Amino acid sequence: MASKKDQFISACATLAKGEAGNTGEWRAKRPIIDLSKCTPCKKQKDTCYLCWLYCPDGTVKRGIPIEIDLQYCKGCGVCAQVCPTKAIRMEVEEQFVLSECVIQEEVE
Amino acid sequence: MVGDLTEEKVINVTWHGRGGQGAVTAAMILAEAAYLDGYQGVTAAPFFGVERRGAPITATTRFSRKPIRTLSPTAQADVVVVLDERLLQTVDVLGGLKPDGLLILNSSSGPEKFCTDMDIAVATSDANSIAKEVGLVVAGTVLINTSLLGAFSKASCLVQMESLEKAIGENFSKQAAKVNIQGARLTYEATRINRDWQLS
Amino acid sequence: MSKVQIINGNETAAMGAKLCRVQVIAAYPITPQSKIPETLVKYVESGELAAEFIRVESEHSALTVCISASTVGARVFTATAANGLAYMHEQLHWAAGARLPIVMALANRGLGAPWTIFNDMQDSISQRDTGWMQVYCRDNQEIMDSIIMAYKICEQLHVPMMVCFDGFVLSHTVMPVEIPDQKQVDAFLPSYVPHLQVDGPEPININPVMLADPRANAQGVSCPSYMGFRMRLQETLESAGDVILNVGREFGEVFGRSYECLLWKYRTEGADTILLTMGSLANEASLAVDALREKGWKAGVVALRVFRPFPAATLRQALSKAKHVVIFDKNISYGNEGATCTETKAALFEGGLRPTITNYIVGLGGKNVAAADLEAATIKSVEQKGQVSTPQWIGVAV
Ligand code: SF4
Ligand code: SF4
Repeated sequence: MASKKDQFISACATLAKGEAGNTGEWRAKRPIIDLSKCTPCKKQKDTCYLCWLYCPDGTVKRGIPIEIDLQYCKGCGVCAQVCPTKAIRMEVEEQFVLSECVIQEEVE
Repeated sequence: MVGDLTEEKVINVTWHGRGGQGAVTAAMILAEAAYLDGYQGVTAAPFFGVERRGAPITATTRFSRKPIRTLSPTAQADVVVVLDERLLQTVDVLGGLKPDGLLILNSSSGPEKFCTDMDIAVATSDANSIAKEVGLVVAGTVLINTSLLGAFSKASCLVQMESLEKAIGENFSKQAAKVNIQGARLTYEATRINRDWQLS
Repeated sequence: MSKVQIINGNETAAMGAKLCRVQVIAAYPITPQSKIPETLVKYVESGELAAEFIRVESEHSALTVCISASTVGARVFTATAANGLAYMHEQLHWAAGARLPIVMALANRGLGAPWTIFNDMQDSISQRDTGWMQVYCRDNQEIMDSIIMAYKICEQLHVPMMVCFDGFVLSHTVMPVEIPDQKQVDAFLPSYVPHLQVDGPEPININPVMLADPRANAQGVSCPSYMGFRMRLQETLESAGDVILNVGREFGEVFGRSYECLLWKYRTEGADTILLTMGSLANEASLAVDALREKGWKAGVVALRVFRPFPAATLRQALSKAKHVVIFDKNISYGNEGATCTETKAALFEGGLRPTITNYIVGLGGKNVAAADLEAATIKSVEQKGQVSTPQWIGVAV
């Protein structure tokens, strides 16, 4: 039991995406998932999800397939490190940013 | 140098860039250049916080004929320099600029593209291409921060190129300084502004 | 030849230590001080500074290393902030009790919990009773000069000193700093002669248990009492003001910037309203005073440059004409009020001075205090005739 009556007694953060701001803006490397190596995908059942468990920003969504919310993924690479099947690799962000820009300009 | 600059007037410059782009370094070099230019009071500081590669960051430079006594953050700057034009979409850059201030952008587009209904002056320079051309590329990243100092000098007329070059010279080894100065010079030349701007 | 460099507070502190030719450095990095040990390591590794940089696993160990090195005669330097300083607490008492002239650069930062990495003075104010001297710097030049003077003062008095400056606000802001010439610093600062030689022909054991009363040891030599040591430390700090003034004057003669003062004053001539504060906030207060003077107020700033020893008599004199004293504290002694407020009141009591006093708690955890805030607070407190007895808070955003 707790009796939280005053926001200025205990400082706390909630376990939610975006608690640290728009952390996707920080990303210098982007996680790329190879679904053919990802266990839940391969076995078509809820299993593993270590990336979900360890992601410090809560940006990995459990499911088949798993999804990463790039708005908040800060690119720390923890998911890639913990993945037992090496299904996630980290790639330099700039290449995506630039290609996205080009696409945007073409649309304009 | 501005002739009618009153003694106590403090000029505020805000820099917007991404972590790793060197906005803080540019802010500091500008302070050094301003000092060499004869401004007695100069300060520069990063936005106080946690800096991460890729994240938007700001830095400030202040200079004045008299020693600077305020260390409070700049609310509205006289000049805002943006190292990555895409930041205009994510950061409220114009909110931190005086209504009649000067906006300097690293962009391959002309100033017209960025003109708003505000009374601000807009200057652009394609520092990216220039920096690449002179060889300011380290580990795949194009270093445009020192080049943009040239745009600052050209568009604002507040600090002379000569002082900037000296300040750049003091911050880099001989060879690196040469390239950085060249980038700043070419950017100075390539800077286009939508109208003459004067400090209010 | 001295020359001006545009550098931040941390680099200034490191450069100051280098100019003093410190021999042993032990420091543990902590925001916002990290650049100090980083810079010093570079000096040591490049050979620019002939010193031993001892890597440690904590602030407690950092100060322990400094204590040991200082005991055997080395000139030592350390730097920390916030919880790092709190972690040193036990050793702070030890360093002062052992009468070691250690100089520490302190980038003032607020204490957790909750975490903050930003500036206030709760860290150093919480250590005011450890026997260390404390000076507070207004700008980076004062950091440089205070560190150089600190060694001269400390080594004369055999008392350690904290050179405090606002974290981030000064530690991370570059501004022009005149870097003194090495030869002049060498001439100004003689090499350190320790009070005792522990490893002489007759080795000695230091700081054993001292009893409440004197006693004769096995060889019949009389050992003094514990309280005598405490009294001597107090007497030394009571007389430290004069040493600080002398060294400050001498510094001025050599380097052209005199520090023959325990307080910093701005437009106090004829002032009946005084804004009292410490550190870089004094500059912001000077802008508030300009604005108040413009409106016809007779206002001035008094900033405590030296906080320990507390310059009570000097402060009393500086406030003797004041009708209103408005005190801005970046710290609080919970359950009472800001530390400078309490100490100022005590100083005024002796002289029978009774200006109105209002205490504002400001700038905790990096909350900015602008000149306009200080001005508005001053006007409000004079209107209230200082009749609010509890401290007022500025800038608490909900
Ligand atoms: S890189 Fe992986 S672990 Fe890190 S924030 Fe992104 S999804 Fe989460
Ligand atoms: S840790 Fe690897 S295998 Fe496991 S769910 Fe995540 S990506 Fe798939």
